[in-house]
Amino acid sequence: MNILILIGIAMLAPVAGGLLTGIDRIISARLQGRQGPPLLQPFYDVLKLCQKESIEVNSMHRFFVYISLAFVVFTTVILLSGGDILLAIFALTLGSVFFVLGGYASNSPYNTIGSERELLQIMAYEPMVLLTCVGLYYAENSFFVKDIVAAQTPSIVYLPGVFVGLIFILTFKLRKSPFDLSMSHHGHQEIVKGITTEYSGKDLAVIEVTHWYEVIIALALVYVFFATAAPMSHVFAVIVCLLVYFLEIIIDNGAARVKWQQALKSAWIVTGIMGTVNLIILSFFK
Amino acid sequence: MSVVKKSPWILHYDGTSCNGCDIEVLACLTPLYDVERFGIINTGNPKHADILLITGSVNEQNIPVVKQLYEQMPDPKAVVAVGICATSGGIFAECYNVVGGVGKVIPVDVYVPGCAARPESIIDGVVKALDILEVKRKKR
Repeated sequence: MNILILIGIAMLAPVAGGLLTGIDRIISARLQGRQGPPLLQPFYDVLKLCQKESIEVNSMHRFFVYISLAFVVFTTVILLSGGDILLAIFALTLGSVFFVLGGYASNSPYNTIGSERELLQIMAYEPMVLLTCVGLYYAENSFFVKDIVAAQTPSIVYLPGVFVGLIFILTFKLRKSPFDLSMSHHGHQEIVKGITTEYSGKDLAVIEVTHWYEVIIALALVYVFFATAAPMSHVFAVIVCLLVYFLEIIIDNGAARVKWQQALKSAWIVTGIMGTVNLIILSFFK
Repeated sequence: MSVVKKSPWILHYDGTSCNGCDIEVLACLTPLYDVERFGIINTGNPKHADILLITGSVNEQNIPVVKQLYEQMPDPKAVVAVGICATSGGIFAECYNVVGGVGKVIPVDVYVPGCAARPESIIDGVVKALDILEVKRKKR
């Protein structure tokens, strides 16, 4: 029975992620005064990519993408089945690192620049993700998601600053402007397609599916801030997740890509102020 | 299932042209024509592209560029020559450095004549290329 639930999570998460991406594309188009693609467009894209030839630069650069997917699926399953949040984010980081290695493995200049920028992005957002986990432990005395979402008071009450910091770095994780340095879904083509330039066919489809999982992981982190033992709080948490996603779409459409210095600096400043100050204040009351 | 028809990604290359057709291709992406309705995306990366849109004629300088772009695209792929210059060389056909239409260098699937080609006819050409893509996919 447990195995079935885990498989169900692994199967349904990308469907939900793909639908969210489809909604994202429609809303982005409407914000730009366009009609936009159909809702299922991300699925059409991935199915089409599966039917195309996969050009192999070398065997390693494909291998890393599949390993990255495996770790991201692992993270999703742990998070959504109520497992250890610390283990989940370490697995997620490992997934990102393998993705970067894949970018370096192809030896293409665009991929290399994309990989370097991806590393900078990881550097920028990782401290805040760690602080989020530390903060959740501080507030609820457990690293397990199932304990955190079963608490009497929602974590957001203790951790408003950490939550704002998390929203800030989610822009990196969701690959949205102004922090879509390593690759973007839109037509910023200064480094062609960044870290994904050399991928084609099935490999690119895998990268896209990995991104759908990452969208769900990002929103799951938002979810744990609002869910409590009360059943209604879970509905409220889902609504907050959708609002956060909508906010990210608006930021994406309203902002231009920034330089890496600015991305790194702003992320660390927000982490330093919102994350640490929140934790210091919390330590006085706990 | 013919999903390739639902998500054609385009690579746009401009050869020796006056940029008239170039601008018309980009006009297809604007809110007025909005080709993303059909899932069409301008990728700018040959390895992600399904359809190569070429505007302008081919000259001695850009033969290797056109060939390389075509070779880097994964199968199945289609080529659309947009505008009379890309079709036959147009008014530049007799120039000393112009080879002629794109068809002289790589196999072209759809010719969209016009000077400059209207966005409507460019979209029509891409839609015709989709049928060819589907045939090519089945042959693989």
